[in-house]
Amino acid sequence: MAYYRLKKGYDIRIAGEAEKHLERAPFPEAVGLCAADFYGMTPKPLVEGGERVKVGTPLWRDRRRESLVVTSPASGTVAEVRRGERRALEAVIIRTDGKQHSANLPAPPKRIGPPARDSIIAALCATGLFPFIRQRPFGTVADPLVQPRDIFVTAMDTSPLAPDQGLIVRDHEREFQRGIDVLAALTTGKVHLCVDGKPKESSFLADITNAEIHHFEGPHPAGNVGMHIHHVAPVNGVNDVVWHCTAQGVILIGRYFITGAPSFEVTVAVAGSAAARRRHVRTIAGAALSSFAEPSGEAGPVRCISGNVLTGRNAGADGFLGFTDTLVTLIPEARKSVFLGWLAPGFSLESVSASFVSRIMPRRRFSIDSNRNGSVRAFVATGIYDRLLPMDILPSFLLKSILAGDIEEMEKLGILEVAPEDFALCEYACPSKTDIQRIIRDGIDLMLKETRETE
Amino acid sequence: MKAHGTIRSAFEKGGRFERLWPLVDAAETFFFRLPVRTAGGTHVRDAYDLKRMMMIVVLALFPSMAFGTYNVGYQFYASAGITAGHLECLLKGLWVVVPLYAVTFAVGGFWEVLFALVRGEEINEGFFVTGALIPLIMPPTIPLWQLALAVSFGVVLGKELFGGTGMNIFNPALVSRAFLFFAYPKSISGAGVWTLTGGTVVDAYTMATPLHLGIEPKGEIIAHLSASGFDFWRMFTGLEPGSIGETSVIAILIGAILLVATGVGSWRIIVSVFAGGAAMALVCNAFAPSPANVMALPAHYHFVMGGFAFGAVFMATDPVSAAGTNAGKYVYGFLIGVLTVLVRALNPAYPEGMMLAILFMNLFAPLIDFVVVRLNMRRRRLRAAG
Repeated sequence: MAYYRLKKGYDIRIAGEAEKHLERAPFPEAVGLCAADFYGMTPKPLVEGGERVKVGTPLWRDRRRESLVVTSPASGTVAEVRRGERRALEAVIIRTDGKQHSANLPAPPKRIGPPARDSIIAALCATGLFPFIRQRPFGTVADPLVQPRDIFVTAMDTSPLAPDQGLIVRDHEREFQRGIDVLAALTTGKVHLCVDGKPKESSFLADITNAEIHHFEGPHPAGNVGMHIHHVAPVNGVNDVVWHCTAQGVILIGRYFITGAPSFEVTVAVAGSAAARRRHVRTIAGAALSSFAEPSGEAGPVRCISGNVLTGRNAGADGFLGFTDTLVTLIPEARKSVFLGWLAPGFSLESVSASFVSRIMPRRRFSIDSNRNGSVRAFVATGIYDRLLPMDILPSFLLKSILAGDIEEMEKLGILEVAPEDFALCEYACPSKTDIQRIIRDGIDLMLKETRETE
Repeated sequence: MKAHGTIRSAFEKGGRFERLWPLVDAAETFFFRLPVRTAGGTHVRDAYDLKRMMMIVVLALFPSMAFGTYNVGYQFYASAGITAGHLECLLKGLWVVVPLYAVTFAVGGFWEVLFALVRGEEINEGFFVTGALIPLIMPPTIPLWQLALAVSFGVVLGKELFGGTGMNIFNPALVSRAFLFFAYPKSISGAGVWTLTGGTVVDAYTMATPLHLGIEPKGEIIAHLSASGFDFWRMFTGLEPGSIGETSVIAILIGAILLVATGVGSWRIIVSVFAGGAAMALVCNAFAPSPANVMALPAHYHFVMGGFAFGAVFMATDPVSAAGTNAGKYVYGFLIGVLTVLVRALNPAYPEGMMLAILFMNLFAPLIDFVVVRLNMRRRRLRAAG
């Protein structure tokens, strides 16, 4: 057990937190899985429009690792196989029948332990639960052929308007413990369970065994797995692979090993100042957002985000819940011009900087819209990034090395330890309005291409 | 509103005046924060932007501007032996300072707009700060045409040739001043240029700045300064000849508080410039041949004389030309302080070391950062090995 207090970072004072109240959402009429939610996989579709699918029926597989499949979270009929540029798969949309019949899948191994490792991985892959496991370096869906050094489980979330982890885990402790046991069998190293707060505070996971518990405290991004890995046992090279999984993912894995049938039922928070009813709901991965998240009437145009406001995907009102997402955020779209905006005293403007009057109201929450709040400019080394990334990494120098396409320099500056989400807060605060996550993504793409070519 | 839309479209891509789009954009974004929506990355963005940052620097300069303007008038009347009211001093000051600003912004703005139009980029607000700074580091007697040349040199060679705001190596305002120093040294050095006079100067008035008097003190240096009317508190408040904005440490401190409180100016740099200056002053004191030597000048006198405080707060902190790493900022600032006092103590030909010290360290800032970056890489390498 260890305690880490991270000082750098910032909690955006955004209004619209979900109430700590859980209800069952109506079963969605449609579910959709987006290929973009599975970074690192090159999808090859396995279904066509009109085909009947069950829970666990493979929808597509990875071209590189054929055992890695994405399966349907619901039973029903394939309504659309959506393709984008160069016919690349974008999404598979399924019209559900509400019966949730399970596909014919092999039962999970009864005895869990290192000797059963291969059959556990085979079972996780076949059910489509494996993509809940991600890896560093690169932040991709984990590679089932790799033996991870350690596995990190993140049972905390510091991102803006994050769901309540207690509501996600409560009543599922047994499944959670089972999931931890399964993960422990997959690594020769340790399972690190990272929870929020001081050692005696997080009671809902206090009795978990088979994992080393670490307590992290601090503003966002203290809850990001990137910070946990960096401080507990950092990634030291391309071949130093660490897997990670969210608490929700661990519960789904555990449930499968208890019941023998895959389930994709998840707990999701509906939040944001433009959401009509802010609460936590039970639904399934990929559920149509319209089945549980309604924009409030008076808000004007609304942006429906699957995920949080920093890293989420603009799904649209007719979009779908991201595969690993446990939050849907609805914010108003920007639509008003502000006269002399740069001169405003800023009583109701949210900012990391101390240059607005709102600074003296730390407890106030602001309804933030999708305004970019300024024009795109050249990088200026304002030092803001350094205050927002609690890692021993020099953000602006890493970014510059990526822009220069210098792979060697990027690696030396720590690109293997980061994912775009770790820089989301820097992007939020950047006065030059740079797309920092995009730059990090480009750098990781480049590194990934390079390592896969030499494989 | 409709007319606005029609006119605007003529300047958009494909419109008749497409090349002039940056002008329209600049005007529009100056007056309005437009509802441009985020796309692709984070869905929300901080209310803070570069415009805001630049405006805070300009705001922080206001006290120095206001006091400097007053002081120009005050010194004018004092040199003539006339006791003038505050209003008269201010009006006289405005008479001198307003044309300086007009020329600076007209010339600098011209170059900014020209480069933006040629490049088809948006007009950058960076010149607001450079333009606000330049007159403040000029003597009140500077001929307007020389100022115009200096501004052109600073903006074009100091900034635009490197690619514009964010890309420059040197602080453009200091490049302007360095240009004058090398091209027209008579206008910006010596004892005669720091007060605007009406022609006749009364005997009781000292034309030279405290820095000049310190070069060859008659007797103990502090006594010599105060005999000429420059005791510590007078120099602290700023009623003395000098560059327009640099004389009042009180006004500069107000600006410094605003810069540090808003996080716009790096406290690391400001503090370490003063620390470096103090350290070097102590060394000089220890080796001073006699109390009647400039080397005997105590640290707190250095801080209130010449451009030390102004340079530390407003020039050294320019984020573009300073060191970018936090560790590097300490080194960068400290060496500026050291070099400034060193130049003052050992180079009597040009007693104001601040400008050259900052420009010199601008040059070395990337090297300092390079070392900090290598150390970061080394830690990562050692971690992987051990």
